[in-house]
Amino acid sequence: MIRVGLPYHLRTLARMADSEVALDVGEPVTIGRVLDALEDRFPMLRGTIRDHLTRERRPFIRFFACKEDISHESPETPLPEAIASGDEPLLIIGAIAGG
Amino acid sequence: MSKIRVLVGTRKGAFILTADGAREKWNVEGPLFAGWEVYHVKGSPADPDRIYASQSSGWFGQVIQRSHDGGRTWETPGGGPQSGPEGMPQGESNKFVYEGEVGTHKWYDGTQHPWEFKRVWHLEPSLTEPDTVYAGVEDAALFKSTNGGATWQELSSLRSAKGSLWQPGAGGMAVHTILLDPTDSRRMYVAISAAGAFRTDDGGENWKPINRGLKSLWELPDPEAEVGHCVHRIAMHRSRPDVLFMQKHWDVLRTDNAGEEWREVSGNLPSDFGFPIDVHAHEPETIYVVPIKSDSEHYPPDGKLRVYRSRTGGGEWEALTKGLPQQDCYVNVLRDAMAVDSLDPCGIYFGTTGGQVYVSANGGDAWMPIVRDLPAVLSVEVQTLS
Repeated sequence: MIRVGLPYHLRTLARMADSEVALDVGEPVTIGRVLDALEDRFPMLRGTIRDHLTRERRPFIRFFACKEDISHESPETPLPEAIASGDEPLLIIGAIAGG
Repeated sequence: MSKIRVLVGTRKGAFILTADGAREKWNVEGPLFAGWEVYHVKGSPADPDRIYASQSSGWFGQVIQRSHDGGRTWETPGGGPQSGPEGMPQGESNKFVYEGEVGTHKWYDGTQHPWEFKRVWHLEPSLTEPDTVYAGVEDAALFKSTNGGATWQELSSLRSAKGSLWQPGAGGMAVHTILLDPTDSRRMYVAISAAGAFRTDDGGENWKPINRGLKSLWELPDPEAEVGHCVHRIAMHRSRPDVLFMQKHWDVLRTDNAGEEWREVSGNLPSDFGFPIDVHAHEPETIYVVPIKSDSEHYPPDGKLRVYRSRTGGGEWEALTKGLPQQDCYVNVLRDAMAVDSLDPCGIYFGTTGGQVYVSANGGDAWMPIVRDLPAVLSVEVQTLS
């Protein structure tokens, strides 16, 4: 299972009890596939992380894997083994912006 | 015994204020959708416990919320087959997609700029169908849902009304006002900053600008300009849907023929700049505005928060000050942040950017704060419940 950490506001919107959610994602494990699985499980998150139509990441959303910012990686790029194995979570973060 | 429910949208969530018909002792619930901007919350006239809310965020975009029980519980409307766990909606309720070619509008520098959806400013439920609701959005367009907000479709012909000449003001370019004619279900009005006022007589299939008589000489040197006017708000009394009142960027105006011709009624106001305008529930010629010093200084003249009332449909205005701060007050009152109830005497409500929500239970003669320290108030709506 893939572990995904979400920012507070999206956990609240999805009514998640825990800070992380575990998702079953097929091989190869990519950001795109993780987001597909996340939005299937929590459809109210559609449009909040990536655009409804273009599927591009919203500007103030960042993706971190194993302490690396992978926000600009292609959605088809395989995620590190530590993410794919569930040892480390994929972190979806609201960027520090504004006041 | 009647009950009043005030729906307040703020920069950091929504609040529901309730009282009995005396409107003296208030209960405050919230914040709902804490931390999100809530531009507007409005209940269905056909089913007052059906309430729609627009929550948005610079980080996470637009979310539509819906309540079936007067705001006690909320859901993101669903629709379509359920592929997720039981009860989960599909997320289409957050999807606002412009119809056809997106097109362009005038940008700040005069060049053309593509329409880009940003957020829902205003939700206007149908007068008769709880599942039908209109959404005024930024960048300016009008959407309609007939399934309780589960999915949305643009009424795109609005943007055909010279949309390429519309231009954002400092606050963006949004459909911020939607008025439904209670005597003709096919007629409605919208107002857009900075494009003007528009009317449809066929349920939204065709729209025409209704801005004759508006003068915006600094921004629009052409006195015949059909669009481009910075209309801040329009208001109607349900007994006379052909009479509209307008707070423009500068100037307060009225029309007696459904927008075919407007005339200025600013009269003796200390400033005719402002944002909200509303009409007394039982006196169609009694209207209210909150003068603001100028478009450069968004606060009341002389640091005195004064609502102005005209009992003559404009022209002659009186200051209403009892219970309102008359010194050192530098808040603003935004365009969607004034509303009236339908009790007798009529209650008038408004919220400020300083987080106060005021009520007058006697048509404006005296005011009291319901709450003083909410986040900046973006919108105020009132439901009169029996």
